[in-house]
Amino acid sequence: MNIVLIFLITIFSVSLFFYGKSKTKTISIKDNIKLNALPKFYGYYLVLWCSIPALVFLLVWSLFEPVIIKSIIIETAANQGAIFSDKNEANLIYEKIKAIHLGTYFGDIDSILKESALAYAKFINLFTNSKVVLIFGIIIASVIYSLKKIKNNNKARDDVEVILKGLLFVSSLIAILTTLGIIFSLLFESIKFFSVINIFDYLFGTNWSPQRAFVRDASSITAAEFEELKDAFGFIPLIAGTSFIAFIAMLVAVPIGLFSGIYMAEYASIKVRRISKPIIEILAGIPTVVYGFFAALTVGPFFRQVGENLGLTVSSESALAAGLIMGIMIIPYVSSLSDDVINSVPQSLRDGSYAVGATKSETIKQVVIPAALPGIIGSVLLAVSRAIGETMIVVMAAGLAANLTINPLESTTTITTQIVMILVGDQEFDSPKTQSAFALGLTLFVATLILNYIAQRAVKKYREKYD
Amino acid sequence: MTKEERLKKRHRAEKRFRFYGLTSIFVALLFVIILVQNIFSKGSSAFKKTVISTEVFFDQELLEIQNGASQEEIMEADFYDIMIENLIKAYPAKDRDEEDELLKLFSGDAEIEIKKAFLNDNNLIGQTITLDLTASDDIDQLHKGNYPRDLPEERRRISDFQLVIYDYFVENKKISKNFNNYFFNNGDSRDPELAGIGGALVGSFYSILICLLLAFPVAVLASIYLEEFAPKNKITDFIEININNLAAVPSIVYGLLALQILLATIQLPRSTPLVAGITLALMTLPRIIIPCRASLKAVPPSIREGALAVGASKFQSVFHHVVPLALPGTLSGTIIGLAQALGETAPLILIGMVAFVVDIPSSPVDPSSSLPVQVYLWSESAERGFVEKTSATIMMLLSFLIVMNFIAVYLRQKFEKRWN
Repeated sequence: MNIVLIFLITIFSVSLFFYGKSKTKTISIKDNIKLNALPKFYGYYLVLWCSIPALVFLLVWSLFEPVIIKSIIIETAANQGAIFSDKNEANLIYEKIKAIHLGTYFGDIDSILKESALAYAKFINLFTNSKVVLIFGIIIASVIYSLKKIKNNNKARDDVEVILKGLLFVSSLIAILTTLGIIFSLLFESIKFFSVINIFDYLFGTNWSPQRAFVRDASSITAAEFEELKDAFGFIPLIAGTSFIAFIAMLVAVPIGLFSGIYMAEYASIKVRRISKPIIEILAGIPTVVYGFFAALTVGPFFRQVGENLGLTVSSESALAAGLIMGIMIIPYVSSLSDDVINSVPQSLRDGSYAVGATKSETIKQVVIPAALPGIIGSVLLAVSRAIGETMIVVMAAGLAANLTINPLESTTTITTQIVMILVGDQEFDSPKTQSAFALGLTLFVATLILNYIAQRAVKKYREKYD
Repeated sequence: MTKEERLKKRHRAEKRFRFYGLTSIFVALLFVIILVQNIFSKGSSAFKKTVISTEVFFDQELLEIQNGASQEEIMEADFYDIMIENLIKAYPAKDRDEEDELLKLFSGDAEIEIKKAFLNDNNLIGQTITLDLTASDDIDQLHKGNYPRDLPEERRRISDFQLVIYDYFVENKKISKNFNNYFFNNGDSRDPELAGIGGALVGSFYSILICLLLAFPVAVLASIYLEEFAPKNKITDFIEININNLAAVPSIVYGLLALQILLATIQLPRSTPLVAGITLALMTLPRIIIPCRASLKAVPPSIREGALAVGASKFQSVFHHVVPLALPGTLSGTIIGLAQALGETAPLILIGMVAFVVDIPSSPVDPSSSLPVQVYLWSESAERGFVEKTSATIMMLLSFLIVMNFIAVYLRQKFEKRWN
């Protein structure tokens, strides 16, 4: 139905464009007046007035229709005597009613369901009809209004530009809406989570085992269960594992990335630079799931084999394998950014250093790097925020159990791994277990936000210094 | 230490330092090579499948249909008996147990393959033809040399007797390798020899298409607004900071957003390319806006002023002159953003694209998988055959990414004007 409506709106708009264009032309010839804008702008004017209000209305209607119908249907079903104790059962009954209406339900149909299905059909019909009527009403009203305007020879171009500028502004607001969406969706579930689990138990607990939180209904927890829940959601092992793997990754990425950045900025000939820079940047373009596969199937078993030969017990999901591969993925983030930063150090600083007899490497170590330090630190911080938010490598190559360990050969888990593990497969909303994933997401979001903010400030400050 | 010694030491330090830099670049390059080589050596065999050429006799009594039967009749007919009768003749087996082991060497689709042969030519009753039937995963891996045969029998998936049959097939040249059409045409399957990336390809295509349709116009309009029209005020600054931060938000957070808003609140269908496309679009948006703004910024002000000077409105100067000049940079930024979206896995896992989907989706609202998610799913499977399939899927994914990046670089180098 919506597709038909959009199609109709498009046809109306296109035909109105040509109508408006020719209409204003004839008016100008007949009355011998000078138009205030090119004829095509009158066409555009009509198109915008015809399509935008109707499309906006259609969008808003489609968003709210299912929700409204659902609440009405559940209410009518309840009035007819259907019994459901919580939201899940109500949802189930609603799905049944919908399936009966579509003819895809093959279970027992009692009289309540049958009545409700009839009511559902009635409401669907009513809503669809009123939607069509309203949309046509809106189109007719806005077209009449805009036709009147163009007959008075308005400044169509200015009006079109105002509307388009509004459209541009709205597009740029989508970024803000996304941020708001992220914050609200994370906060909403996190608040529910923290109403069951004390925030201090979460932040300072040393035990993470969410599978214990089988309790479905948060309101009916006994005291014993509550005690159990209290120490099932300790965040410490996760942040420890995450930072540990990120630390290993940085041990790999910072030296390699920094040295290759320095080499490319200071030593490499243009030709070498032109070849090696894109190849290193390939590392950032490879999907992380590929790294995960490589870490889990090649690097992990390889380390295990090497460890066995040396007489060490190495877990096949060791933090070392995940960290190493993650470090390799991050190399280009460090190298490209530090390359840029070093390049923007003014040549006069280097010349001064050479003039007092320093070698190239001494100049780099004692003049260029200290001058570029804020920028380099910024690029490293950006790389750290990449590392803690990285998901697929650790999901595939790191462990699932939350161990508090600093042995790189054992397995540890990370925040992102736990989010995926909790949310994969069937989820029950309203269980502390599911909500804990959102609390973890919020923690991750805030942590990366702070890191990025500091990093961007550092890089910006540094740039301003030399610009 | 004399002057000369000190100078020598300093020069040695200089050489060492240079060597560290070169080594780092070399290590990074080496890793690219190891990774690609590893994936290719594991995956290239997946493009071929092992087939066993078998003589099939279409027995009138077992089949219960006539020559020239219509398509529906053939579809409904039972080819199971025909399959059993013919397959056990492939090797002179002595008893029921041996026959069972023989049958296990063929894929689960042998019956369908025989039926397809009959569908192609419905006058085969009473005739004998030679068909290339797909071998089971174990034989496939053995024949490709991925599977050691010198292990003790209880640690092998293939019994000693099956090895004897295999050797008999090899000796009589009945076993060979064909192009693996199943890998491209089929959806997911529990059997590695039948599993394919058809469903994942279509799912990825729909997701990226929706992502492009949503993200590209919005990103271009937003960057035009921010670069050309936005007044310098608090709101504009806030939008800018926002976009920069969004570009650095971990992708899994977008998965949580989609789960809460798109699935739980708006109740769009789970596991579908529609939801995946919207999620990826939200994620890609800031990543496209940033290069778009950069390429708009690169257009010199003289272009705008020239247009304004001959009486164009602000809008006309932007849309007739600035935007076309910035288009190559914009498009290449978009393609690179889409390439990132194509490889993105974590948010898609959260919106349920890990569901086991056999059918190839026919529209964006059908449950489906996507290429990177298929890699994740198969890498979790225990069967040896899936390792090869996973690597081959990665090869496909990487080649798409290479093509997209190549187009992006080409567009920029060919069409972008340098203003100096």
